[in-house]
Amino acid sequence: MKKYNLTHLRELEAEAIHIIREVAAEFENPVMLYSIGKDSAVMVRLAEKAFYPGKVPFPLMHIDSKWKFKEMIEFRDNYAKENGWDLIVHYNKQGYEAGVGPFTHGSKVHTDTMKTKALLEGLSKYKFDAAFGGARRDEEKSRAKERIFSFRDKFHQWDPKNQRPELWDIYNARVHKGESIRVFPISNWTELDVWQYIRLENIPIVPLYYAKERPVVNIDGNLIMADDDRMPKELAEKAEMKKIRFRTLGCYPLTGAVESNAETIEEIVEEMMTVTVSERTTRVIDFDQEGSMEQKKREGYF
Amino acid sequence: MTTETKLNIQDFLNQDEKKDLLRILTAGSVDDGKSTLIGRLMFDSKMIYEDQLAALERDSKRIGHAGEDIDYALLLDGLKAEREQGITIDVAYRYFSTNKRKFIIADTPGHEQYTRNMVTGASTANLAIILIDATKGVITQTRRHTFLVSLLGIKHVVLAVNKMDLVDFDQKVFDQICEDYKNFVAQLDIPDVTFIPLSALKGDNVVEPSKKMPWYNGKCMLNFLENVHVSSDRNFEDMRYPVQYVLKPDNNFRGFSARVASGIVRKGETVMVLPSKKTSKIKSITTYDGEKDEAFPPESVTVTLEDEIDISRGDMLVYPDSLPRVERHFESMLVWMDEKPMDPTTHFFIKHANNNTKARIDKIQYKVDVNTMERSSIDFFSLNEIGRVVLTTNKPLFFDPYKKNKSTGAFVLIDPMTNNTVAVGMIIDKLSSDNLPSRITEDERLQIRRGEGLIVNEQYEKRYNQKGATLWVTGLHGSGKNEMAFSLEKQLFEMGATVVLLDGSSVRSGLSKELDYSPSDRAEHLRRVAEVCRLLNDQGIITICSFISPDKEIRKQVAKIVGEDRFHLFHMKADLDFCKKNKPEFYNQENLEYVPGIDITFDEPENASLELSATDNGKNPEKIIEFCRENGIFPLQ
Ligand SMILES: Nc1nc2c(ncn2[C@@H]2O[C@H](COP(=O)(O)OP(=O)(O)O)[C@@H](O)[C@H]2O)c(=O)[nH]1
Ligand SMILES: [Mg+2]
Repeated sequence: MKKYNLTHLRELEAEAIHIIREVAAEFENPVMLYSIGKDSAVMVRLAEKAFYPGKVPFPLMHIDSKWKFKEMIEFRDNYAKENGWDLIVHYNKQGYEAGVGPFTHGSKVHTDTMKTKALLEGLSKYKFDAAFGGARRDEEKSRAKERIFSFRDKFHQWDPKNQRPELWDIYNARVHKGESIRVFPISNWTELDVWQYIRLENIPIVPLYYAKERPVVNIDGNLIMADDDRMPKELAEKAEMKKIRFRTLGCYPLTGAVESNAETIEEIVEEMMTVTVSERTTRVIDFDQEGSMEQKKREGYF
Repeated sequence: MTTETKLNIQDFLNQDEKKDLLRILTAGSVDDGKSTLIGRLMFDSKMIYEDQLAALERDSKRIGHAGEDIDYALLLDGLKAEREQGITIDVAYRYFSTNKRKFIIADTPGHEQYTRNMVTGASTANLAIILIDATKGVITQTRRHTFLVSLLGIKHVVLAVNKMDLVDFDQKVFDQICEDYKNFVAQLDIPDVTFIPLSALKGDNVVEPSKKMPWYNGKCMLNFLENVHVSSDRNFEDMRYPVQYVLKPDNNFRGFSARVASGIVRKGETVMVLPSKKTSKIKSITTYDGEKDEAFPPESVTVTLEDEIDISRGDMLVYPDSLPRVERHFESMLVWMDEKPMDPTTHFFIKHANNNTKARIDKIQYKVDVNTMERSSIDFFSLNEIGRVVLTTNKPLFFDPYKKNKSTGAFVLIDPMTNNTVAVGMIIDKLSSDNLPSRITEDERLQIRRGEGLIVNEQYEKRYNQKGATLWVTGLHGSGKNEMAFSLEKQLFEMGATVVLLDGSSVRSGLSKELDYSPSDRAEHLRRVAEVCRLLNDQGIITICSFISPDKEIRKQVAKIVGEDRFHLFHMKADLDFCKKNKPEFYNQENLEYVPGIDITFDEPENASLELSATDNGKNPEKIIEFCRENGIFPLQ
């Protein structure tokens, strides 16, 4: 008998496509949150696959904290244009005009204002009833229990005690007016799966993921790239050229680089297989306190 | 980097891409070593990074339960509250892979109060690892976990006999436990059971074969998990394609997207569409990566058909020689997942194979005690209770028994008020629909014979969001009762209440046609009105009555017929001069007879719920609405 067996990547792909279609079928006004990172890149490709040969029937939304790496924004704009995406870019205007940023206000205020608040604003502004996110359960301990359809109340809040049972591949998409669901189609993917898929599918990603000589400053053990002149002078002065890359991308002052020689996906994966530090330690916001990601999630951050 | 290493990593990746996926459920009672085992599997397959390990060492000292050893369990117990309580209270998903396979572990707590969590984890698993503490042997929990695993249709069980180090790695202990378990599992439907003796803490038979148990010839845990054959567990025989999404990018393309639930979808094959039973041929199987000749579960694809047939989400494509059951009335096993006990009157939403409709639980055949598997009868389910039920849905479902086909045999019930997923079910088709207790049971038949309805008060109340009640307005002719009553009716109606208005002229034009205004005819007229109110109130409807009803004795009688507790009297207070000014055309008539306030007395009520002022009539409807709200008449409290 012929063997009908999918590889793990194809099985994960089929699962994600099913989830994405389910949302398009059951919700009135979904959106896909696009963070420009590798997980988003994979998620968008999955959406394109889900509706092929048609177009993706919902918009993408990027929450711009105004402190992203320049290369990210460039990549976003080019890529959206090339592929004809319906892309919404939203930022917290008030915060931006008040000059909120990590150097002046600290990472907490910056994240609260320019990311969490901006996200909630964006979701409310367009009255989205479902929002896809590219989070994975293997990223962080508190995410291990996250549902694929994660229920949020009228205030976009996540209550770990008030999540719906999720069995088989049957997803409960019912919400009252004002409530919403965050949907994580790549919940079951690991970092390695994501890289493997990017390689398999030839998905373009921001060049910052590949190692290159870049100016970085060592701030409390984190290699922070001097991406623009908003970095305080006394720090920027200390910048040195190092061959680095990023394992995750976010706001440049809050995203630590790793020293690396990996210039191709194969080399990245190879480094990953031997790497001894998990992905999230390169994200400065996690250092606050134990359970901090859970706290952020309760407040509405992804 | 040399070309040689590049080639190696390429090889590795090419190899890695071809791995398949195994979904595992782990079950055990508290402290059997479940978290330790999972932590060890992840650690030894190098899925724990150094920073996590550092955090782990720090935490082990602070809140660990493993003494001087590293407490692997801390890796897994995610949410804050749980970490503080030291128990796992939800389903947590873990990931690790070896060069053979990728694994997803659904880690669920073992206590009875977490039955629903285990059921959740079991729903997607190919295989279950059931832990046993070698010092304790097969206990109640083991039986419960095994029962749930069998209920959810998992075909492979590994009985991991843990803590062998505490029984000196004694073969006799292990053999006895296997023996006990075999006796028990024989009653259930689990085709493949494997026994492995291990010590999760010390690492024996987890990743490396143990030197301390030379008598054991089987595989160690990881080796077993890497090689167990599960792909043929899927149903490849009965093709089921539950349409999930209709794809119509332009006029040339009309595709039906779905995940293949079971069987093989083949290009060129004749398919039948349910429920319309129309047939056509599969013209193409389209994907982003090109056209395919066939698709199998769990692939997500899009098919087009040769003919233009009206198909929407929830319809199902099947082969004409292998049809599913198409029925509104069926039996299933049900697990109650909600904190709130089941309300037998609820019409649930049911979600099944991309089909959304409503369902009622007609009957609970029995409840199964998850520990002893004994059956008993109950009227409703509470959290974590499991039983066999009969259901009726509004639309027919296209289903197979869960045992034969998980994808078309599973469903969830959603509460229409809270939107929570309150129960999950697995369809059984032992009895044909005709032999099932029908929507009208024997008890109900007796009830009908006694003249009682089959719908209980609460059901009406829930449906209408109100209590059946009579709002009775009394007052002189011309006091403004009618104006008030009609305005009240309109406002309540607009707020969503279900109301019927009765007033003198409408009732006298038909129902009381032969009656005049003499006191005795008035009494009969109002008796009829009261009876109508009683019938309507019994069926949950609010009646608004606007009648002069001058005689307090008659009003008392009316209250009695309607039911004192749902009769509410409102007095439109107005003096005769006001009424005369208001309705001169009536009062100026000659030979007025039987007119309350003129030639018969109007008994001012002493016991009215509200006194309404005729001179400020505009405010009165709002006052009565407020009264209804306060007394839980509408909306329901
Ligand atoms: N002696 C011994 N102790 C073990 C073994 N496995 C786990 N334990 C200990 O049993 C306790 C409970 O383990 P844990 O993994 O948290 O159990 P869980 O509640 O099933 O997750 C901890 O103190 C572990 O160190 C074993 O194989 N041998
Ligand atoms: Mg545990």
